[in-house]
Amino acid sequence: MFDVLKIAGRNLSRYRRRTLLTLLLIVIGMVAVLLFIAVTGSFKSMMVGQITDSVLGHLEVHRKGYVASIDTLPLNLNLKPGAVAKVEEALRQIDAVQTWSPRVKFGGMFSNFTETTSIRVNGVDPEREAATAPLLPGRMIDGRKDGPLVAKGEIVIPILLARGMKVKVGDTVVLVATNRDGSVNGKTFVIRGVTEGISGPGGRDGYIHIEDARELLRMKEAEVSEIAIRLKDPGQLDRVATRLKQALEGETNPEGKPMLEVHTWADLSPFSSLARMIDMMTVFIKIVLVSIVLVSVMNVMVMAVYERIREIGTIAAIGTPPSRILSLFLAEGLLLGIIGTALGTLVSLAVIFAANIWKIHFSFGQQQDLVMAPFIDPAQVATVAALVMGVAVLASLQPAWKASRLDPMNALRHV
Amino acid sequence: MSLVIAHGLTKTYRAGDVEVQAIKGVDFVIEPGSFVAFVGPSGSGKSTVLNMIGCLDHPTGGTLKVLATDIASLDRRAAANFRGQNIGFIFQDFNLVPVLTAYENIEYPLLMVQEWPADKRREQVMRLLKAVDMEAQADKRPDQMSGGQKQRVAVARALVSNAKMVLADEPTANLDHDTAYRIINLMKKMRDEFGTTFIFSTHDPKIMAEAETIFTLEDGRIASSTQHQEASHV
Repeated sequence: MFDVLKIAGRNLSRYRRRTLLTLLLIVIGMVAVLLFIAVTGSFKSMMVGQITDSVLGHLEVHRKGYVASIDTLPLNLNLKPGAVAKVEEALRQIDAVQTWSPRVKFGGMFSNFTETTSIRVNGVDPEREAATAPLLPGRMIDGRKDGPLVAKGEIVIPILLARGMKVKVGDTVVLVATNRDGSVNGKTFVIRGVTEGISGPGGRDGYIHIEDARELLRMKEAEVSEIAIRLKDPGQLDRVATRLKQALEGETNPEGKPMLEVHTWADLSPFSSLARMIDMMTVFIKIVLVSIVLVSVMNVMVMAVYERIREIGTIAAIGTPPSRILSLFLAEGLLLGIIGTALGTLVSLAVIFAANIWKIHFSFGQQQDLVMAPFIDPAQVATVAALVMGVAVLASLQPAWKASRLDPMNALRHV
Repeated sequence: MSLVIAHGLTKTYRAGDVEVQAIKGVDFVIEPGSFVAFVGPSGSGKSTVLNMIGCLDHPTGGTLKVLATDIASLDRRAAANFRGQNIGFIFQDFNLVPVLTAYENIEYPLLMVQEWPADKRREQVMRLLKAVDMEAQADKRPDQMSGGQKQRVAVARALVSNAKMVLADEPTANLDHDTAYRIINLMKKMRDEFGTTFIFSTHDPKIMAEAETIFTLEDGRIASSTQHQEASHV
């Protein structure tokens, strides 16, 4: 095999300019694909991380029908304490679950005593919420960052609301909400902090203590609107979601229909469509890479066979088996693939390294000054490398097959 | 046992609707260790006969047995294997692999055809390099060698795998007279040293005079067969 590769290498170096041009095409294609995967991958994971780690959690459990009506935050579809206990029991049985946070969500009116506007509020257990959405405290751009996320009598509001209502940390405001029976209640809060908004559901919500929420809504029981769940490993998302669904499918309403719903973050966030689109674009750009490698390697190999017909006739005449002639030309394609892959990977990694050093900043929606930190999974590099090498060999197959089938006598006569 | 036996050998080429009979029922026998020339003018059928003996082409009529094998019965793969095991080739244009050195060109059949182990390969290649007096040029590539040197390497390549016969189609056609004469004498010397049968074609009267057996072809038939001296290596 080494001898075959050695001869293949010598033959490639015979047409140096053509070989270099082909390698250049492979390298450019490879760099384009790996950089695209690295940049979009980091963008995707950053955005997904923002969504899951500061708002949604990885999974959420709701009462059946709640998500379908989530725009109105229906209080009549809250989970009763019994159902909450059953969900928590199921979660305790799953090792992959790190923690969870019960939330009471509602829509209300926010008043600074001179103006009033609408607000969506999350009533949360501060410690459990901070554990389930660990990036949430980091979104606090003004106010106290020590201590719990929010204490009783305090409210954390999004920056747009603070600006619009011209309120600041320490101001007293009033929240007014309608409970499930239709009666209205109000409660004063002190603004503890102001958060930056992020794109997607819940990204511009305010936060109060869960007990304040229940008091404001005059709940007689410890109801919750949703339970947000954080996993130890987000890669286990689908497996845990399936297991949790199986564990909760026995919980039925009096009509015998499932009472609970389990949703992944992707079910709840429109960003998942963007993530899927990025994945699809990655597939398309891989197809472009395959086309580049296929056409360039096939072109160079077709030319190589055509220009070396007499040489092929000679080696066939002296008894070289057709399979060996085939392997000689396949080895040239493989070598192009290997060298192109190695150079492409090196250049890509160098560019990714440089991009991490230079720290490219960008904005996405409400989020400003995000830092692009491109990274690439070694498995992705291996996949692309295997793809390039496989396609290079595939592209050599037809010319190599033709070479191995040449009639030695006719080949020797070729001018 | 005779090395090559041809009986009523014919070869007809078809070009569209036109049939051209290149060889018209020739009979000949070649003994092992002989130094044989097929001579005749261009188009007389010399190369066609050599191609058939070398299993590069199939007869369309008659029989041709090489080393007791009816070459008409060999398919493409078997013919390649037969050539690799038994026949060496020397070409008019030398046909060395341009990316390989003299050493590597000679080594090629042992490496790619017969797959000899490395130590035996090296020993055999060095023996042949010495035999053709090309040791000093072992690392040169074909584009760094003269025509005579290239043909010396080609002779060594043809002999390196212990071929039972070497076929040379116009081996001196692209060489000046002195070099051609030296190559023919080298071939003869190799025949003496290795006992290999050499069969070559030529239309150069001075070169053909070196052959011990001469088959003169005219228009696809053997016009005459001449024995200059008895082959001494039977």
